[in-house]
Amino acid sequence: MTVVGNERLSAPADLERLREDLRTRRDPAAKCVRVCIGPGCVAKGAMRLLELFAQAVRQTGADVAVEAKGVGCHGLCDRGPIVIVHPGNPSAALAAGIFYQRVEEPDVAEIFRETVLGGRVVERLLYEDPATSTHVRTADEIPFYKAQKRIALAHCGVIDPASIEDYIAAGGYSALAKALTTMTPEQVLQEVERSGLRGRGGGGFPTGRKWRSCRDAHGEPKYVICNGDEGDPGAFMDRVVMEGDPHAVLEGMAIGAYAIGSSQGYLYVRNEYPLSVERLKGAIGQAREWGLLGKDILGTGFSFDVRINRGGGAFVCGESTALMASLEGRPGEPRAKYVHTVEHGLHDKPTNLNNVETWANVPAIINRGGAWFTSIGTEKSTGTKVFSLVGDVVNTGLVEVPMGITLRRIIEEIGGGVQGGKAFKAVQTGGPSGGCIPAEHLDAQVDFDQLTKLGSMMGSGGMIVMDEDTCMVNVARYFLNFLRDESCGKCTPCREGLAQMLYILDRITHGEGEAGDVERLQAMAVLLEGTALCALGKTAANPALSTIRYFRDEYDAHILEKRCPAKECRGLFRYAIDAEACKACGLCKKHCPADAIAGEKKVLHVIDQEKCTLCGMCFEKCPFDAVLKV
Amino acid sequence: MKQAAKRKPADRNLVEAIVARYEGDEGMLIPMMQDLQADCGYLPLDQLRRLASRLEVPMSRLYAIATFYSSFRLAPKGLHEVTLCVGTVCYLKGSGQISEALRKEFQVEAGGTTPDGLFSFHPVNCVGACAVAPVMIVDGEYYNGITLDSARDILRGLSPEEAPAESEAQK
Repeated sequence: MTVVGNERLSAPADLERLREDLRTRRDPAAKCVRVCIGPGCVAKGAMRLLELFAQAVRQTGADVAVEAKGVGCHGLCDRGPIVIVHPGNPSAALAAGIFYQRVEEPDVAEIFRETVLGGRVVERLLYEDPATSTHVRTADEIPFYKAQKRIALAHCGVIDPASIEDYIAAGGYSALAKALTTMTPEQVLQEVERSGLRGRGGGGFPTGRKWRSCRDAHGEPKYVICNGDEGDPGAFMDRVVMEGDPHAVLEGMAIGAYAIGSSQGYLYVRNEYPLSVERLKGAIGQAREWGLLGKDILGTGFSFDVRINRGGGAFVCGESTALMASLEGRPGEPRAKYVHTVEHGLHDKPTNLNNVETWANVPAIINRGGAWFTSIGTEKSTGTKVFSLVGDVVNTGLVEVPMGITLRRIIEEIGGGVQGGKAFKAVQTGGPSGGCIPAEHLDAQVDFDQLTKLGSMMGSGGMIVMDEDTCMVNVARYFLNFLRDESCGKCTPCREGLAQMLYILDRITHGEGEAGDVERLQAMAVLLEGTALCALGKTAANPALSTIRYFRDEYDAHILEKRCPAKECRGLFRYAIDAEACKACGLCKKHCPADAIAGEKKVLHVIDQEKCTLCGMCFEKCPFDAVLKV
Repeated sequence: MKQAAKRKPADRNLVEAIVARYEGDEGMLIPMMQDLQADCGYLPLDQLRRLASRLEVPMSRLYAIATFYSSFRLAPKGLHEVTLCVGTVCYLKGSGQISEALRKEFQVEAGGTTPDGLFSFHPVNCVGACAVAPVMIVDGEYYNGITLDSARDILRGLSPEEAPAESEAQK
């Protein structure tokens, strides 16, 4: 066996040799157990499963070639923990691996015995297609995966993110080698421009144009930054990419740096993502060891290195100028944008900042060409987009779809529709700066321009499905409250305006709304958009504006009738006991802190509305769902 | 482990070691303060003073950073570390009410520590595990799909004796 050893790769040919070597060393008959260690599965105990599988592998005789590895997010988090078993020398039908879902600790022994050693399928752990009630064996047969296309997530769920060898064997760093040896920086730029790639962090600015402005700007040195400060609540796409395929981000950054003429990169990672930091640190260390980062990469004379900074827990630092202030060791306050960061960015030098997902798309574009990328998606929004599909949807998880797919297909086909058979009310996209899109626009295409037209935006990719029980006024209040808390306070419109808007929304949700409140909110929204310093403030009114636009009747019900149609705002609905369903068990009476429930054993219970404080305890405690919100 | 962590707030060489780690680069002030907090559990005043004078920056700048970024703490943390996600999805699934009830029951402010020092409580905006909302993290361990009752049970079951082993992830 040729030992490759951890020597620096000093030429592109070395990289190819290493890749060949890694591939041939792999036993084609080897079985492989892939345990998803994405955020959802880990929260459900996947790390323990991985340990148990690794233990089982160690205890297996040398005659069976088998390995167990942790892989990035598979996407179908609702069915986690997910374990995929590749049977080795597989029949074509099972080449994609047998897909086991909701695997628990006691199942490990059975999977190992039956599938890994015995080559038999454990039926009860398979995914059941709800439409046909049949069990399916591989991921490709699951409706959730059928409409998806993975580019940014191509390696997530396939390779071990902690292993650079795995990444290289899967074709990793070939795009960097290609760019450095067969393309000039100008050609790389042109390829990215041709791809039509737009910033995945939310703004949708053409990536190629940004790179060119930075390259053409005067001043040395130039910096590239990866924005991994994924602050939108309800979004975890970047976390999954950083943790599931960290080398793709580094490779994308190195290619960008080559095109722009930079030799120093920064990764700014959110404080709440310690595992992302760990994975990226590991990846940087490995890449340096192999000579894929650092001085004289692959012997081409190009040098580039990356440093990691952790955020401090401030949402506003996702804004590019605030992020740069934070990197300079200052509080993250944005500055006016007419001074462009591509000219005067970090340390006042030309700086190019892109989001994690944007960087992760770059290697595929260089490898397969900009023209290929434009063949996916729509004319003005090319390629794919990763969304975290969450909220009241059946298949919660992470999806990557071609741009231009309709909201309906994402929610109904991939997401499996609304949970619990309830009616769909709205889907919230774009994070706190985005908006709520109602059912009548479900057939709209998902791309940068369409979503903006609907009063929402692409944002970084959070997609939160809300059912009929969600109060849209309260949703607006939630986001305004979030943004009020996260406003840095530098500019007056944002600091004071958001506080005033929240004050009005608080009143409305407490039943103290007055006629004219909606108009006051709208007027302040216009003021904010026109005068706030940064994107946080400029877009902060979107949640209020979009809910007013589509759900004006709910505002009116709160203000004029003092009624919350979704029965979510406390005080704007009442509790009552359903005479049919009440079994007179006495639980509600026992737990009522206000002594407002009358009734005896076997005598129907009744709530005294005068005494009731609307605490909701009876609603929580009733085992028969006999307490109703009316 | 527990004792070592307790000694650190007074360790005179700590700041020197941290400053050396970043070659005295003033631009790395935030990472330095993050390291200081990782070692001490919070930002002790003495150490901040030492750091300020070592880098020759005014204390006001350190204070500005410590109060701007929500992850910094100026007071010691509790024995256990409880993070409750109140991001959009968790909120819609009830974590706002859970947060309110827990704060009331355990007499703890958001970002504060219980009177008995048992745990620090941090409601945060999204931990990125939205698919399994609502989520609570206790000493680095995730609990998904929590309810008020289950959250209460978890917190009532916290040991007042034993500090958790500090995991890599928490640093």
